[in-house]
Amino acid sequence: INPGLVGITEWFLIVLRIADIISTVEFNHTGELLATGDKGGRVVIFQQEIENKNLPQFRSEYNVYSTFQSHEPEFDYLKSLEIEEKINKIRWLPQKNAAQFLLSTNDKTIKLWKISERDKRPEGYNLKEEDGRYKDPNTITSLRVPVLIPMDLMVEASPRRVFANAHTYHINSISVNSDDETYLSADDLRINLWHLEITDRSFNIVDIKPANMEELTEVITAAEFHPHQCNTFVYSSSKGTLRLCDMRASALCDKHSKLFEEPEDPSNRSFFSEIISSISDVKFSHNGRYMMTRDYLSVKIWDLNMENRPVETYQVHEYLRSKLCSLYENDCIFDKFECCWNGNDSVVMTGSYNNFFRMFDRGQRRDVTLEASRENSKPMQVLKPRKVCAGGKRKKDEISVDSLDFNKKILHTAWHPQDNIIAVATTNNLYIFQDKVN
Amino acid sequence: MEVNVEARRILAVSISKLYASRTQRGGLRLHRSLLLSMVMRSARDIYHSSRETEGQTSEEPMETSSKEGCDSEITEDKENMSPTKQSRKRRGKASAAPDFLPSKRARLEPGEERYAAPMGSWRFDPPPTHIAHQGADLHQRSRDRGITGTMVQALRSI
Repeated sequence: INPGLVGITEWFLIVLRIADIISTVEFNHTGELLATGDKGGRVVIFQQEIENKNLPQFRSEYNVYSTFQSHEPEFDYLKSLEIEEKINKIRWLPQKNAAQFLLSTNDKTIKLWKISERDKRPEGYNLKEEDGRYKDPNTITSLRVPVLIPMDLMVEASPRRVFANAHTYHINSISVNSDDETYLSADDLRINLWHLEITDRSFNIVDIKPANMEELTEVITAAEFHPHQCNTFVYSSSKGTLRLCDMRASALCDKHSKLFEEPEDPSNRSFFSEIISSISDVKFSHNGRYMMTRDYLSVKIWDLNMENRPVETYQVHEYLRSKLCSLYENDCIFDKFECCWNGNDSVVMTGSYNNFFRMFDRGQRRDVTLEASRENSKPMQVLKPRKVCAGGKRKKDEISVDSLDFNKKILHTAWHPQDNIIAVATTNNLYIFQDKVN
Repeated sequence: MEVNVEARRILAVSISKLYASRTQRGGLRLHRSLLLSMVMRSARDIYHSSRETEGQTSEEPMETSSKEGCDSEITEDKENMSPTKQSRKRRGKASAAPDFLPSKRARLEPGEERYAAPMGSWRFDPPPTHIAHQGADLHQRSRDRGITGTMVQALRSI
């Protein structure tokens, strides 16, 4: 694993693919597979192929491995509501046998998909012709056993479980437990615990719905299991708080074990303080010692042992603080950015506007802004760092805040668990970059 | 004064977003509705306090409008269900609707609350007993008014 952003400016494009609006991106546990979900309910899985494995500097390719329709639009007749087929989240299960499994969810229903390879087929049946028709029994004079012969690789996806009807509100998160048996799903007000084998029931483990909905002050925005402790999970709220819960303490985890909250800076108070403090994503570090949260303007790293403030705060696009009113009017202030850790938790990454994405090296205290765009991403051409000019005289190659394109946003990013390979989704494209120094 | 103007503008923008979100595919988003209502509440508070300092508001209409705000929970559905009933809102000078509100009184068409409703599901929760039933719809509506009720109150107390 590369220590930090040694090659901080040495990213280059290895894959660019036009897609429907991508709504989630996730590497599997080895990084060999990359799954994307889109607004049309489709899942596309890419597989890594490495050229020249023996060379120290190898180049990867990601080619389409499987495509399938995970969710279809549905109609809830009881409430006269259309249920969108958009895939909100995909989470891979750790691999146990030859097949791969993933969970994909839309607003209401979670599905477990099995993705398996078939590279042999049987030939030479005793009673059937090659085209499947049964032979006339009178013509059969000998016994023969079919043999398996190689065929072109076929990848099949089949739905193995459908976990439905457990969420009144819109599902925002799913997270597989380290026990390999259970997973959680979270909507705005509730979190449910499922067993992967059981679809007709789930346990409600968090319920923050008030008796009187008019007293509602916060909603659940994201939830995740601890990577190693199967009894621990965290959920974030629209008020900017994190609650760590221990399932051993009680069946219903309404009372948190730890509450992580940073007091608000009164000098930053505005009409929109509540909106921008809402946490849009929470991710445990791979080592399980830290959590990272993303709110509208910043990324914060929290130590599990310190509840009263984050240990690190990184400003993603502080220059937007004076533009909050415009961002409210054009709805951008409601954008939900995700964040991710690199394999050894030394670097964190998140997206921004104008197809920019940001990386923060925690150890070296360096950060970089890169751009995912067709014009700036020629294959084998190293990405040039970008800079936004917040005010004053704009230097050459800087971009002024007013010329940022707020329609071009990067909400979803993912980092390969072992290598310096990143997947970045713009509105209509998937970019995969690799670090040159690999 | 500038804050007042800003507050009014934000209120107007918020109201239009609220209306737009009702026709959004996938239903009303609770998180978004909550954030909208918070912004509206802040804007309303600023608007109120700035009007007070300007001495434009006397005590009486404010009391009436807050009373109307409370009543709105009970009376709103009655008004929705019988549109011919006369509006209870006074048309006095001080309580005339501010110009950034839509000129027609905002209300949902009968049966339209169904569209606004991911906030409640009487499949999962027992019905509250303290709300008088006026038909099968009302139970659903009482839950729908979770956020929208708050925002309607916000509008009425301006």
